[in-house]
Amino acid sequence: MMAFVSGPTAVIEPLLGLGLALPVAGVNWHTFFFLLFAAVACGFAVAVVAADNVVRMALYLVLSLGATAGLFFLAGAEFVGAMQLMIYVGGTLVLLVFGVMLTAQAPFVSIKGSAGDRVLAGVVGAVLLAVLLQAALSVPAWRRPASGHVGQPAATPIGMALVGVRVDEPDPAAPAKNRRSGYLLPFEIVSVHLLVVLVGAAYLARAKRRKTPRAIEVAASVEPAASVAEHAAIGRDRPRGASVLAGGRS
Amino acid sequence: MNPSVASLVPVLGFLSEPVSVAHYLVVGAILFVSGVACMAVKRNALGVLMGIELVLNGANVNFVAFASPYLQAEGGRSLGLDGQLIALFVILLAAAEAAVALAITLNFYNNHATVDVDRADDLKG
Repeated sequence: MMAFVSGPTAVIEPLLGLGLALPVAGVNWHTFFFLLFAAVACGFAVAVVAADNVVRMALYLVLSLGATAGLFFLAGAEFVGAMQLMIYVGGTLVLLVFGVMLTAQAPFVSIKGSAGDRVLAGVVGAVLLAVLLQAALSVPAWRRPASGHVGQPAATPIGMALVGVRVDEPDPAAPAKNRRSGYLLPFEIVSVHLLVVLVGAAYLARAKRRKTPRAIEVAASVEPAASVAEHAAIGRDRPRGASVLAGGRS
Repeated sequence: MNPSVASLVPVLGFLSEPVSVAHYLVVGAILFVSGVACMAVKRNALGVLMGIELVLNGANVNFVAFASPYLQAEGGRSLGLDGQLIALFVILLAAAEAAVALAITLNFYNNHATVDVDRADDLKG
């Protein structure tokens, strides 16, 4: 205890009292920030499930994924953490929030499931969580604390691996079948896949400008429903018929 | 930390010990289960999408934890860079999947004026 008196705690101690000020000196800050980020990530992930309002769910998801990026930084995966922030939080979730805004008409902001479904999902989720936790905690090698080995920053090896060269090879002289593979081919496949997917998504979600006489006639004949549909429709597309409108509004 | 203090307050003792892979696995498990429950419970199509994002993130946490150089015990085998690269690919594919799923949801909304997945039963046999 005497060792703690010299240092910042010596100032805090009289203010906070012995019980609060003393532990600060022994805290492992890596663990502290891990617990902070893990609590935020898990807490808001559960909040996503618990919330009924879809706008709040989107907000909670942003916070949960942002905290997960913090966990990646703490694990030494700086590049993955940065990509998580930029692609996930900055891209995918903005897309999701746009989707929420485009479809968030009053009746659909909160669609509640039945209570029975919720109880069933809670029970199944608890069982699944128990199985996963048992598996996670049952391997002794995973519970051993870290050796304190400090890794290199990983951006350069990742970039080289994506063009097919592994600079993190433990043994460059090893025969080819024992060496680690590069990721040039998966990288190319993913790039083309992303391009095709985005073109396809733009095609699927495009605003349809074609107005058939039938659609105009239907829209004119059911005036109140048509105004709702006009409000709801993305672009200038009219829903296909009066029966669909009547079903959609209930 | 002073062991007597650590034994008196278990949470503080937990704070003073280093993080291991199992800690990350617990976080990944909670994210995964939240995502599965979200996919099962939500009737809003966008809620189902959010559940998918949570599931993918839970898997990513595990990949990064197994790849981390900081979390390996002495002599332990690490995934090395492979884990981080797989996590990157998962993030990219999640972005692609979100774009397509969102386009389908908007199309469904255009045609049916709702995002309730229970109403998507036109193909019911």
